[in-house]
Amino acid sequence: MDIEKLTAVETKEMIGKKEISVQELVESYLSRIDSVDKDLNAFISVSRSEALEDAKRLDKKIGRGEALGALAGLPIGIKDNIITRNIRTTCGSKMLENFIPPYDAKVVEMIKKEDGIILGKLNLDEFAMGSSTETSYFGRTKNPIDMERVPGGSSGGSAAAVKAGEVALSLGTDTGGSTRQPAAFCDLVGIKPSYGLVSRYGLVSLANSLDTVGVLGKDVRDAGLLLSTLADFDPMDSTSSEKANRETIVAALESGNKLEDIRGMRVALPKEFFQVEMDQGISREINKAIRLLESLGANIEEISLPHLEYSLAVYHIIVASEISSNLARFDGIRYGYRAEEYSSLDELYINSRTEALGEEVKRRIMFGTYYLSESNTDSHYEKALRLRRLIKEDFDKAFEKFDIILSPTSPILPFKFGEKTRDPLSMYKADLFTVPVNLGGFCAMSLPCGYEEGLPIGLQIIGDRFKDADIIKAGLALEGGLKNGL
Amino acid sequence: MGYRTIIGLEIHAELSTKTKMFCSCTNAFGGEANTHCCPVCAGLPGALPLLNKKAVEYAIKAGIAFNTKINTRTRMDRKNYFYADLVKGYQISQDTIPLCEEGYIEIEMEEGTKRVNLQRIHIEEDTGKLTHTMEGDTLIDYNRAGVPLIEIVTKPDMNTPEEARLFLEKLRATLKYIEVSDVKMEEGSLRCDVNINVLDTESGVRTNITEIKNLNSFRGAVKAMEYEEKRHIDRLGKGENTLKETRRWDEVKGETISMREKGESADYRFAADGDLAAIEIAEEWIGEIRNGLPELPHDKKERFMREYDLLEYDAGVLTASKGLSIFFEDTVKLIDDPKLVGNWIMGDILRRLKDEDLEIEDTKLSPQDLSQLIALVKSEKINNNTGKKVLKEIFDTGKDPESIVRERGLIQISDESQIREIVEKVLEDNRQSIEDYKNGKDRALGFLVGQVMKASRGKANPQLANKMILDIMKEKY
Repeated sequence: MDIEKLTAVETKEMIGKKEISVQELVESYLSRIDSVDKDLNAFISVSRSEALEDAKRLDKKIGRGEALGALAGLPIGIKDNIITRNIRTTCGSKMLENFIPPYDAKVVEMIKKEDGIILGKLNLDEFAMGSSTETSYFGRTKNPIDMERVPGGSSGGSAAAVKAGEVALSLGTDTGGSTRQPAAFCDLVGIKPSYGLVSRYGLVSLANSLDTVGVLGKDVRDAGLLLSTLADFDPMDSTSSEKANRETIVAALESGNKLEDIRGMRVALPKEFFQVEMDQGISREINKAIRLLESLGANIEEISLPHLEYSLAVYHIIVASEISSNLARFDGIRYGYRAEEYSSLDELYINSRTEALGEEVKRRIMFGTYYLSESNTDSHYEKALRLRRLIKEDFDKAFEKFDIILSPTSPILPFKFGEKTRDPLSMYKADLFTVPVNLGGFCAMSLPCGYEEGLPIGLQIIGDRFKDADIIKAGLALEGGLKNGL
Repeated sequence: MGYRTIIGLEIHAELSTKTKMFCSCTNAFGGEANTHCCPVCAGLPGALPLLNKKAVEYAIKAGIAFNTKINTRTRMDRKNYFYADLVKGYQISQDTIPLCEEGYIEIEMEEGTKRVNLQRIHIEEDTGKLTHTMEGDTLIDYNRAGVPLIEIVTKPDMNTPEEARLFLEKLRATLKYIEVSDVKMEEGSLRCDVNINVLDTESGVRTNITEIKNLNSFRGAVKAMEYEEKRHIDRLGKGENTLKETRRWDEVKGETISMREKGESADYRFAADGDLAAIEIAEEWIGEIRNGLPELPHDKKERFMREYDLLEYDAGVLTASKGLSIFFEDTVKLIDDPKLVGNWIMGDILRRLKDEDLEIEDTKLSPQDLSQLIALVKSEKINNNTGKKVLKEIFDTGKDPESIVRERGLIQISDESQIREIVEKVLEDNRQSIEDYKNGKDRALGFLVGQVMKASRGKANPQLANKMILDIMKEKY
């Protein structure tokens, strides 16, 4: 039996029934990593010995008949921009090539508390800037579905690792689609929770007003399981919400994939999304899913989100501005890369950052510095914040009448390496459907919904802020319907 | 003829909260380098700040004490710049909406009370501390990084270095009164920058503003301002202008030295810090803070005038420091003579404190000691001069006045027969002075009293001695 083909929920059951020991499971996953990752390159660091120790400790706990955590024994990969104590955290950058943090991110702490086994750190676009995992200092990650193609990004390593059976579940991050788009590219379920649902403590900031931790799994129940263990108010994160709670998510997961949940569901289709030029096959498969929903009794209506057209520009300005400030701490003084040659403090900064940061990172820092400068901030950053509010209000209005909003996850199919690197603008455009969700702090899921010539297509289910349970419910029902070929 | 000096101040005061502004690290001066540090104050990636409510409370206290308006909806901003003492590449501060706005501090001058207006008080985090070694290395200690600060910015309302000094004294005393800061300039918990320029009131020409940094004491600040005032006036006299620049005060040379010319002002790219939620302050909380404030110097002064029937000047001196005002009241509770207690405090005691740069609470003198001492003088057991000597000894040894008087045999001689003996001897030996006195030289009497005091080793009751000299001269000579 190929254990790595099981879902996390199935694996958990096996462990519970003692059909397999955690050590056996972890060893099996580690050997899978050994055999595929040289080529795939989903991992930056494999924490082999820690994982085996954790596995043995957990087996003893099982032997003693103690109560087990919700993730007991599940091999989990962590995107490498999430801080792990004593395991180096690189953010895919030369800047942090040797950075070993002294603390755990809140989400890592929670995974450990729930008895999850961390197998290592997963590749990403440098500092999570990108949509293809091509800009990592540690090389590009391939798409297990087609090794000539990108796995999406920036959580490309997180998606590829789950798809290739190197981990059962993984953490990504999502600032503008970085969990959902790779999930779509690798035929997985990826959830970007509502802003404030999951602690950001220990997530290395890209754009802190948009960043969320994301989860990836083989199906809705897997991704939902991981999310349900992480959804909680964290007093250490001022942007965490007291509304965050796992109960509704757990309840949605337990209720299962009830097709009757679809009946009467109010579903909105923003016409602006469907006017976008898309790769072949995408609208066909999305429309199939929509017709399925309709046949199951959903009330589907076309709506308009009039400010949507500004979302890419707004997103670009806000992200770059926040990046320019958030990445200032990487200065070569206290940790990280320091240039060997410098003759003044300024030169230390300039040389270290010049030598250790990649092109895309520098490009965005420069943009952001420009947008925030005194003479430009009113016409750029502050204006973007005002527009952001209008975009959010469009969605708020829609959520007064609708339960969920649907769109494709990405207008493009997984592309070949290098195909879009020369044209950053077209890469930015690929985030069109996902960025408005982050701008409004809403939640969204990418759900596999079909193929075009063997390449997967993702459907995006968007929910109101803190209605994460709703998208899980819709996802479960739709997933069931699609699987059964309804 | 006429020049008007224009002075504005920017004061940074560290708030004496138990923990730092955005994490739970200890907020304390000193400590082994980089031991009061955590992922937040070291600026590690992923670490998030958490606003210390106490720091906001302390800043609001200062705002209330300085009569500002409190902005109930405010936020923290990032001030972006690079420097080695700054861990994140930005300082968390406040830009457009400071916690406290406007307000004023009143200073007492001979001409009356003057109001110095404030522009704002905002909260921000302190930076680390750099030490440059002889070998040319720079060592960084981040213990101070993240310590909460308030920055108090005045309007350019002061016109002499003396006014600025009075302002600083009042500000320091008040912050100490309300217990929000240690206000120790030598430990850097109070820091002051000066903006100064001079207007030629006839021609209307104005010098460019000089900013003076690196001021480690009020005395240094005043000297630096005096130096700059003169420099600016000299320039105006020569028909020249000053440069718009930042200068530092060199204590040793006694002059200001140019640090850098201020070209275009730095672009800090201020933006809201999205890691921290917007700050909303309930009016009720402000009310609670207001009610919890101790009596402020100004109110206390008014009360002292009312309750103890003190002159405005005296009440002002006695309430200038919280410790002194408490010492005064505690002493008056033990000996009900506010005027006398006030005089003792404002005389030798204050002089001693000033000479040794001490606060009353740092000395060996207690209200019990002073009340005993005053009682001894009042009951004429010792005379005033002996009292001063006893006071000195209390300061030096911490012994109580009665023991000192007993041990050193300082009890005043008020016994007439004893004094008569001494007076007779003195008159016998100083016949010339008797003649002088009779010839209308009043000073001779003083000399004779002095001789009696000397002969009695200071113990004779001087009033009695005076009276007996006159009596005996009349009788015998």
